[in-house]
Amino acid sequence: MPINKEHISSVNKAIVRWGICFVLFWTTHADCQSKMAFITGGTYVPLYGRDSLQVTISNFFMDVYPITNEEFVAFVRKNPKWKKSKAKKLFVDGNYLVQWKSDIELDSSQNLKAPVTSISWFAAIAYCDCQGKRLPTVDEWEYVAMANENLADARPLKTYNQFILSWYEKPKTYNNSIGSTFKNYWGVYDLHGLVWEWTSDFNSVLVSGESRKDVDKDSNLFCGSAAIGATDLMNYAAFMRYAIRGSSKAKYTMRNLGFRCVKDKN
Amino acid sequence: MKFFKRIIQVFGFTAMAILAITSCKRENKNNQATVIDDASKIHISGEMEAELTAPPFVPAPVGNRSAKKLKIHMEILEKEGTMTDGVKYVYWTFGGSVPGSFIRTRVGDEVEFTLANHPENKLPHNIDLHAVTGPGGGATSSFVAPGHEKMFSFKTLNPGLYVYHCATAPVGMHIANGMYGLILVEPEGGLPKVDKEYYIMQGDFYTKGEYGEPGVQSFDMQKAIDEDADYVVFNGKVGALTGDNAITANVGETVRLFVGNGGPNLTSSFHVIGEIFDNVHIEGGSVLNKNVQTTSIPAGGAAIVDFKVDVPGTFILVDHAIFRAFNKGALAMLKVNGEENKALYSGVVQEGIYNPEGGTIQTMPTDTKETVENKSKKTLQEKISSGKQIYTNTCFACHQANGEGISNAFPPLAKSDYLNADVKRSIDIVLNGKSGEIMVNGAKYNSVMTKQTLTNSEVADVLTYVYNSWGNNKTNVTEMMVLEVKNAH
Repeated sequence: MPINKEHISSVNKAIVRWGICFVLFWTTHADCQSKMAFITGGTYVPLYGRDSLQVTISNFFMDVYPITNEEFVAFVRKNPKWKKSKAKKLFVDGNYLVQWKSDIELDSSQNLKAPVTSISWFAAIAYCDCQGKRLPTVDEWEYVAMANENLADARPLKTYNQFILSWYEKPKTYNNSIGSTFKNYWGVYDLHGLVWEWTSDFNSVLVSGESRKDVDKDSNLFCGSAAIGATDLMNYAAFMRYAIRGSSKAKYTMRNLGFRCVKDKN
Repeated sequence: MKFFKRIIQVFGFTAMAILAITSCKRENKNNQATVIDDASKIHISGEMEAELTAPPFVPAPVGNRSAKKLKIHMEILEKEGTMTDGVKYVYWTFGGSVPGSFIRTRVGDEVEFTLANHPENKLPHNIDLHAVTGPGGGATSSFVAPGHEKMFSFKTLNPGLYVYHCATAPVGMHIANGMYGLILVEPEGGLPKVDKEYYIMQGDFYTKGEYGEPGVQSFDMQKAIDEDADYVVFNGKVGALTGDNAITANVGETVRLFVGNGGPNLTSSFHVIGEIFDNVHIEGGSVLNKNVQTTSIPAGGAAIVDFKVDVPGTFILVDHAIFRAFNKGALAMLKVNGEENKALYSGVVQEGIYNPEGGTIQTMPTDTKETVENKSKKTLQEKISSGKQIYTNTCFACHQANGEGISNAFPPLAKSDYLNADVKRSIDIVLNGKSGEIMVNGAKYNSVMTKQTLTNSEVADVLTYVYNSWGNNKTNVTEMMVLEVKNAH
């Protein structure tokens, strides 16, 4: 039965090949998650800045991917005080890990490799702290996030902004696997296209909620809204990030809000 | 001298005081009917949950009710919808519809407003109600993150029809994606009673692809800035109010339209082809204009129009900036059923050959054959969904939302033995009405149902909907069956 033999051997080959891929995938993947990308510091003008208000970023490392559900399960196993039944109400709102089936189990609809969401700022801080890391500042995060695949600052490009804006229209992206968007100039994935991410000083740019009033305010947002000139498409995308930050409080959790950690270069 | 002066002074003061008093009196007299002294002083008694309705419907009038604490719970949903056949768009909505749910209040109400942002939403939102006297029209107090809710309250001080909208940056984008609606503040005692009321709101949309380009279309910021609209529509999509979705009335009825314009950019030249507005509350305020052909509705503004429908037919509602109507979607329909009135409108009386050189006028031969309705066959699902709309317009008031009826007054249609026993009888009742005693599900009803003015296909659809709902026997009523019953008489 030569045909059968051939068939079996080809099946075997496929299994072996698939197995190798599988092993490779898991090792590199597991490796990547703890892996960080080196970010060379620099100077740039953020959304809310004027030319005179340039921001200088020092060298640092940033997680290549957002923290996943799987990683967060491991974290709460080790740190029971962050289990959803145990977490202090001062530090998390009522929707903390709301989709999880139990304290240490995801719901069957949740993807292990998707970014963890429905976590508060306090929980994110605690996670990074455990790793000897911290949350990025708004300025650090925005600095890395202004890159596309090839450019460190792709903000003037229409395609860059279109990509971000189109994400707002895609439902349930929080359940997509990490690494499913593009790898940017720094080697960092998923800054746009999966979830919002916490920053350490998320509430330092004040959005009052009445954006038109902010125009008259002597606050950073004055410049922020002034920067949204009629032709400046890029800031519309960025402004929404500032809006979501402005609407948050440290104990809030949201289904579209995750995080990643950074580390100083020392 | 001094004494004299004083007398004159005193006299002068008195005279002025008298003058002042009398002029006050006169003013009071003039304004008695329209001006409520100070709405902020109207006392509230009791509280109630506000009824919110999706367009084109509006909640029940306030009538004579006293001012109350009115609780409103509104949910923000970002969801995909249909712009026109084959074109999808991700709308941001108040209450799941564009325009958002209609809010009906009376002057002096204390509104307790809870704005909830659905957890699946990506963006924070807020609400600016033009009916609010306060900073940001509520926007400052209602800025809410996804998965959270905010509550604030306000007192309705000025009667009128007002727009509400989201005012979160970028404001234009939130409005362009459909975040607007209307809130009505009725005067004390309510607006004059009419037979039909509907809710219509115009909006302009800016999509990456041109009008009609299929697929999911994303918002185009550049076009919005250029005010180059791809779609100008009533109630959020092309055809929201045409064909089977048309609003309806019967001859002789007075129809009131609450018309808003969400914008974000374009002013509406609102017009109903073949009707004249008897009354227009200009810009939704207290000034009444009469006998108006076209009324201007600014972006972020509204108007209340009413008119009596005297003749049957389909009346087309348009933005009379007319390319918007025929090329961008700003077109809706009002179907008026009833007896023709040739004295008011004759229809074509005579057709002739026009021959400027003279000669005998030759009449065109008319086709005497009765036109056969040539409609494409609807699927069961289409019939049910069309039937549901007819039900909501026509049957809902008595037989209720889920066919439960009202005990002792209107028999139930849900799991109804009477209904399921005889389809022909049901058709006959819809066509010709019914009065007298009947037994339904073991209970006696002795009431009157009037004859319904529906087309054969509408009768078929609405009955198919009823038979396929609420545990009934799933009969598919065809136009043919309706015709048979009609001809049997």
